[in-house]
Amino acid sequence: MALWVDKYRPKSLESLSYHQELSDRLSSLALSGDFPHLLVYGPSGAGKKTRIIATLKELYGPGVNKIKIDSRVFQTSSSRKLEFNVVSSVYHMEITPSDMGNNDRLIIQDLLKEVAQTQQVDLSAKQRFKVVIINEADSLTRDAQAALRRTMEKYSPNLRLILLANSTSNIIAPIRSRTLLVRVAAPSHTDIQEILSQIAKKEKFTLPPRVSERIARESGRNLRKAILTLEALYSQNDKLSDSTPIPTPDWEVVVNSIVDIVIQERNATGILKARTKFYDLLSHCIPAGIILKTLLFKLLDRVDAGLKPEVVYWAAFYEHRLHQGSKVIFHLEAFVAKFMRILERYMSGMLDDDMDM
Amino acid sequence: MSFFKKSTSTTTKAVSQPRQVPWVEKYRPESLDDVSSQDHAVSVLKRTLESSNLPHMLFYGPPGTGKTSTILALAKQLYGPDLMRSRVLELNASDERGISIVREKVKNFARAAVSTPSAHTRENYPCPPYKLIILDEADSMTQDAQSALRRTMETYSRITRFCLICNYVTRIIDPLASRCSKFRFKPLDTGNAVSRLQDICQKEGVKYEDGVIESILQASDGDLRKAITLLQSAAKLHGAAAAALAADPDSSAMQVDPDPSVVTVGSVEEISGRVPHDVITGLVRAALNRSGDRFAGLQTAVEDVILDGWSAAQIVVQVHEELVLSDDFGGSEKNKIVAAISEIDKRLLDGANEHLSILDLMVKISGVLTAK
Repeated sequence: MALWVDKYRPKSLESLSYHQELSDRLSSLALSGDFPHLLVYGPSGAGKKTRIIATLKELYGPGVNKIKIDSRVFQTSSSRKLEFNVVSSVYHMEITPSDMGNNDRLIIQDLLKEVAQTQQVDLSAKQRFKVVIINEADSLTRDAQAALRRTMEKYSPNLRLILLANSTSNIIAPIRSRTLLVRVAAPSHTDIQEILSQIAKKEKFTLPPRVSERIARESGRNLRKAILTLEALYSQNDKLSDSTPIPTPDWEVVVNSIVDIVIQERNATGILKARTKFYDLLSHCIPAGIILKTLLFKLLDRVDAGLKPEVVYWAAFYEHRLHQGSKVIFHLEAFVAKFMRILERYMSGMLDDDMDM
Repeated sequence: MSFFKKSTSTTTKAVSQPRQVPWVEKYRPESLDDVSSQDHAVSVLKRTLESSNLPHMLFYGPPGTGKTSTILALAKQLYGPDLMRSRVLELNASDERGISIVREKVKNFARAAVSTPSAHTRENYPCPPYKLIILDEADSMTQDAQSALRRTMETYSRITRFCLICNYVTRIIDPLASRCSKFRFKPLDTGNAVSRLQDICQKEGVKYEDGVIESILQASDGDLRKAITLLQSAAKLHGAAAAALAADPDSSAMQVDPDPSVVTVGSVEEISGRVPHDVITGLVRAALNRSGDRFAGLQTAVEDVILDGWSAAQIVVQVHEELVLSDDFGGSEKNKIVAAISEIDKRLLDGANEHLSILDLMVKISGVLTAK
């Protein structure tokens, strides 16, 4: 049985429930026969992918839903062989070049050119061009993005690109200027609540409004997370009432325990304990950036207002280091140590300004 | 109804062929005279056109100022359409351009004998006795590949001219730069850009509100290609909306004010990815708030902005415009703000988390501004 997230994923542009204006725009673009390259950006769980798949359906009809997975082999210039998975239908192709790390330029050059140089075979197809969806476009390397530039212009009769990204900050300007920017904002709390109650209705159980409100708030405006939480709640409890607790994910429980340690034991033993927990989280594949961010916001709730700016400063500082350094644990620990020191100084009231900042 | 829809779809298909050309390509200047606002470069090139003697050239300048257009127009005027294929080689960053390509493809082309023009072409075009190699986006070539060019450029200079095009002249190695005569392309001035955009609007039949052209230019800062692409996207969006309405004969929305095919300032802002002004002022106001829990207010303001999907880099740019150009703050405050902004900009470029970075920036700015 499919997860609710997939089961209730809207299949067409009309059935999308929020950002009505955006859906209208996409559908009029799809109908106009003159479809531009798109760059779709927005936070995760805002419905970027759903919208795009629905748009594709509008463009080509139901044939887009028949997808297959191919594995392609590429050869690098040093004749190393690389395997790469491609999800495709007759009309479109979906790739995640960032899987390949630094070799993504190769994919862009070879695969896109190959697609672009062949015309649409199916003569009954509604559009003459094929669509290539590039996931996680913001983690493409500079080289790969530069290689995209000319490809986009040169092969525009046969090829349309749809880039999906979390933010446009890492997309180089020439790409941005060649695409139509489409911003997908996260759904508001009311939007989420409405969707949750619709799902509850279809699954035939009653969802108390208080619960759905709490789920919406906990999800941080991430619709996917909200629906997953709802499903988890439903399967764990026979009946939902106002007092049903919303389970916190395991990793957040661990982060909470780190917060307790850091605030209570401001010494070397505390750091050691925190380190064990960090390793625990990292070995379960929780990205270090998310750990640090969650840790920060939980810490912010617990400290005095006067300390907050400094804590934020160091969190941002070490988060930056995470991306530059080679081993994430150093920076997580450094942040913890820094925080302990700040707090210690604040508690003992010695507010000397000449401390090393 | 279904019959009606069918007929419109077939007609659009027939028309769609010419429409699919991006306006940037469609309105590329045909000759040197059409290149706007690069008077210096154009006048020098025209003189070489008369004498038919071309030096090696290096074009540099910000994107969208007409570097590629100029050299393509020059090539067209020199050789005419028939000879272009055999006389001009254009390579850019989408082609593999390592050292091996320079050694083989470029060298082979440079070495090949100059083709003889047909009588017809010779009558109409100067047809000088050399070939032209255009290396577009030359600053993304590796150092090795560039050094491999050095000797090639000299050896075959009798029958081949090179034109290197780049954004940053500093990325071209000195030995190459010194072999070329340099042309700097400056950002377009507003007057020329406006007339160019108005020209295109007229030819394409685009209807627009007052102020649209200005807001397009503001969003594209001197990059004409960006401006034209923006204009096309906006026109496409509004044209599509209008077509959707027209296809539905029951609705009388055609008469309703405002006409959907008119491009509005708001849609230009949305397409260009600029953050609306009130979002930025909202952030700044939260930072300036002296009463109550300033930090909590700031935290929610930042969270909302990030969750609405606005690009952090764009926020940084616009916060900078808002605060640094404002008269309300003194020099020392602006100093500190700019220092903070530059740090955050670098971090964002390194791929740091947007939420944390923006929060840090706003907290810092808030600290500076409320310190008094």
